[in-house]
Amino acid sequence: MKPQQQIETGATLLNVENVSLRFGGVKAITDVSFDIRKGEVRAIIGPNGAGKTSMLNVINGFYHPQDGRITYRGATRSKMRPHVAASQGIARTFQNVALFKGMTTLDNIMVGRTLKMRKSFFWQLFRHGPAMAEEIEHRKFVEEIIDFLEIEHIRKVPVGKLPYGLQKRVELGRALAMEPELLLLDEPMAGMNLEEKEDMCRFILDTKEQYGTTIALIEHDMGVVMDLSDRVVVLEYGIKIADGTPDEVKANQKVIDAYLGVAH
Amino acid sequence: MADNTANLDTFPKWLRHNAAVRPDRPAMRHKDLGIWREWSWAEVNLTVRAYALGLTAHGLQRGDKIAIIGTNRPKLYWSIMAAQLLGAVPVPVYADSVADEMAYVLDHAEVRFACVQDQEQVDKILSVSDRLSRIEMVFYDEPRGLRDYDHSRLQAIDEVISQGHGILLADPGAVGRLDAAIEAGKGSDTSVMLYTSGTTGRSKGVMLSAGGCVNAARDTVAFDKLTENDSVIAYLPLAWVGDHYLNYAQALVAGFTINCPESPETAVNDRLEVGTTFAFAPPRVFESMLTSIMIRMEDAGWLKRKLFNYYIEVARKWGEKIHAGKKVPVLARLNYALGDILIYGPLKNVLGLSSVRVGYTAGEAIGPELFSFFRSIGLNLKQLYGQTEAFLYVTCQTDTEVRADCVGPATPNVEIRIAENGEVLYKSPGQFIGYFKEPEKTAETMTEDGFVRTGDAGFFEKDGQLRIIDRAKDVGKLRDGALFAPKYIENKLKFFPNIREVVAFGQDEDNVTCFINIDLVAVGNWAERNNIAYGSYQELAGNAQVYEIIAGHLAEVNRQLAEEPMMARAQVARFLILHKELDADDGELTRTQKVRRGFIADRYAPLVKALYDGSSLADISTEVTFEDGRKGVISARVKVMDAKIWPVVTGAAAA
Repeated sequence: MKPQQQIETGATLLNVENVSLRFGGVKAITDVSFDIRKGEVRAIIGPNGAGKTSMLNVINGFYHPQDGRITYRGATRSKMRPHVAASQGIARTFQNVALFKGMTTLDNIMVGRTLKMRKSFFWQLFRHGPAMAEEIEHRKFVEEIIDFLEIEHIRKVPVGKLPYGLQKRVELGRALAMEPELLLLDEPMAGMNLEEKEDMCRFILDTKEQYGTTIALIEHDMGVVMDLSDRVVVLEYGIKIADGTPDEVKANQKVIDAYLGVAH
Repeated sequence: MADNTANLDTFPKWLRHNAAVRPDRPAMRHKDLGIWREWSWAEVNLTVRAYALGLTAHGLQRGDKIAIIGTNRPKLYWSIMAAQLLGAVPVPVYADSVADEMAYVLDHAEVRFACVQDQEQVDKILSVSDRLSRIEMVFYDEPRGLRDYDHSRLQAIDEVISQGHGILLADPGAVGRLDAAIEAGKGSDTSVMLYTSGTTGRSKGVMLSAGGCVNAARDTVAFDKLTENDSVIAYLPLAWVGDHYLNYAQALVAGFTINCPESPETAVNDRLEVGTTFAFAPPRVFESMLTSIMIRMEDAGWLKRKLFNYYIEVARKWGEKIHAGKKVPVLARLNYALGDILIYGPLKNVLGLSSVRVGYTAGEAIGPELFSFFRSIGLNLKQLYGQTEAFLYVTCQTDTEVRADCVGPATPNVEIRIAENGEVLYKSPGQFIGYFKEPEKTAETMTEDGFVRTGDAGFFEKDGQLRIIDRAKDVGKLRDGALFAPKYIENKLKFFPNIREVVAFGQDEDNVTCFINIDLVAVGNWAERNNIAYGSYQELAGNAQVYEIIAGHLAEVNRQLAEEPMMARAQVARFLILHKELDADDGELTRTQKVRRGFIADRYAPLVKALYDGSSLADISTEVTFEDGRKGVISARVKVMDAKIWPVVTGAAAA
């Protein structure tokens, strides 16, 4: 499904206003506001337990904040289910790879196309008639992603057998299959070696260029974050302590303290 | 048909010929987005002609050099064809070479244009563009990532081709100009320039003539009876003579199909899908095939395993004889036929070898057992010997006379002579014109009467097959003048799975001795099965039983050496098992895992001394570099052992 209205590059795609999230007495996020602009790479960083993943979960509707408003594509929403977020063009990958281990790379990425399939269950069940034509069309799209991510050689390999770095790539592929407008990446490079990280960086930048996807990512590798992102928001204990370009953030005393610790 | 092909002395003429004679036969296939796409000879011909017109519009002229950089893709092959059509000289460059090496080649070759695969190669060229003032345009196949680049000196190959199609439509004189360009090509023109891989010093540009290339390909196409029905998978580097010969040249002359894999990683699977009929692979590819089969058979069920082992034994005993047409008992023949249905056929199918009529291996020594295994299950695997300067073939084996330790008799129309120092010299139809811009090196390589020096030492066996023993400069002499070829001895020993690395000594000594590195996996496995406890490599290497095993291997190699009149004096007299594995981090191996003999001799001088002074124990302490870069010292007391020496076998007993 193509978005009804086009948002111009540089305009606000998603706006988070004064969002707070609590689990019982635990405050995961407190009064955080920031925006994501169309076409940028936006990084969310912070020490462990800062609420980064919770923030992503709030954005894609998995958690519902007690306070605050989220405006996506100009529409403010109160409660949204993840599948609604998905159908509106928000896709994500997970910190711990969440693929179907027994299925092949190809099938896993095809799953990403499910929301785009329009033909009735009946036709799909028999993989015939219009469903076949539709499947071919989707398969073509998936093959382009496979080509894009350079994973031709593992097309028919069950994902469970693949090394971690490749699984991450497949997961990115599945997210891309949804043709997302906003792509949320939760630690796309965790546990990768240098070469795999470099590959992943290239894929993220190419994704932005080729598909025009807006990307929000959580990442711990500061080198990667500073190289990739256009703007960075820094969280600590659920509170936003900085927001700005990589250079601004690097120079921010609060950020330095949060990462290096400070003598009291 | 023989009549009208006799005067085809350049590849563009062959392309035009193929498009006329077999327009609908597939010339090329490429797997893209998971689907095999196919181009017939007529389509390829038309595309190449349009491409050539597009290149002319960019100013490409006869004699210009044009670099081709990337993996095996139709558009890069077309680039070679289009360049040759116009009389320009394609210069394929290794796609994995780093920017600095690439800059050297591009600059040395004076290239004006480059046709490259993708962003990676474009980036490399751009990064050294300040050293490449001659490059005017770079054409690319894969647009991904290049959208925001400055396109003033960059263009997609597709655009060049469609530009050419436009010219074809608009300009009625274009067809005539193309044909005139093809006719203007002569057999004496430089057809292609291939840079040597440069393992020894800077790489040199080997200029090959069109007529020479065509004639060489003609000879081997006839020799192996290749026809338009054959097909190959192109996975070897474009810049390597093997690809340019076996795939490009032979395909044009025989009219067969080149299949381009989806990516280098998928080549194995893609080959399986295509079912190639002519195959080339270096020995390590066959080795990894065999290993993967053996590992999978270990996990197979009881019945399958028994059947497999039984029939592989049958094949080992009779297979080669049956395929060589020798006399074999009827029952054995029947049993082998049954084995073919049950085991060999399905096995070859799984490996994608079912349709292979001719398979070649070359490049390094192949283990006799590995070689026999594939031949015994009915794969027509042969060896060839060649080099870039010869446009590949110097020798190759016939379908029936095949042995693992030789590379065959001279290829048709090739003349071979052995120099006094043992160096192999040849004269061949495809023989190079010379090194580009390096006449003094060309002169060094040629003898006065026009033979080319290979740099390899070898000799002819009684059956007329050439045997390569070593690089000519590495072949030495013992004190009494007997031939000492260290690599030859080392390779023989390394065929034993228990032995990982060998360093042989003997230059100007009384006899040959060697250091052995055991293979930790193989020997460790053996130790496990025999309940021998060991804590480290060092401990296992010093084990008395391990010494016995290695002594057995040495006795076997010495027995083989004793049967070879030239080598019998070079039997290994004494050996020791090194207390540590040779490692590139310690400078003992090159990064390509070749032993650095001189360095090792210095470093382990006390051990070398012990090999020759008759002592049975030697102390050594060496500095080692750990994986994290720290250094430490390993000390050890190493045992030295005598090996069994065999009396020299004289006469024809060897045969």
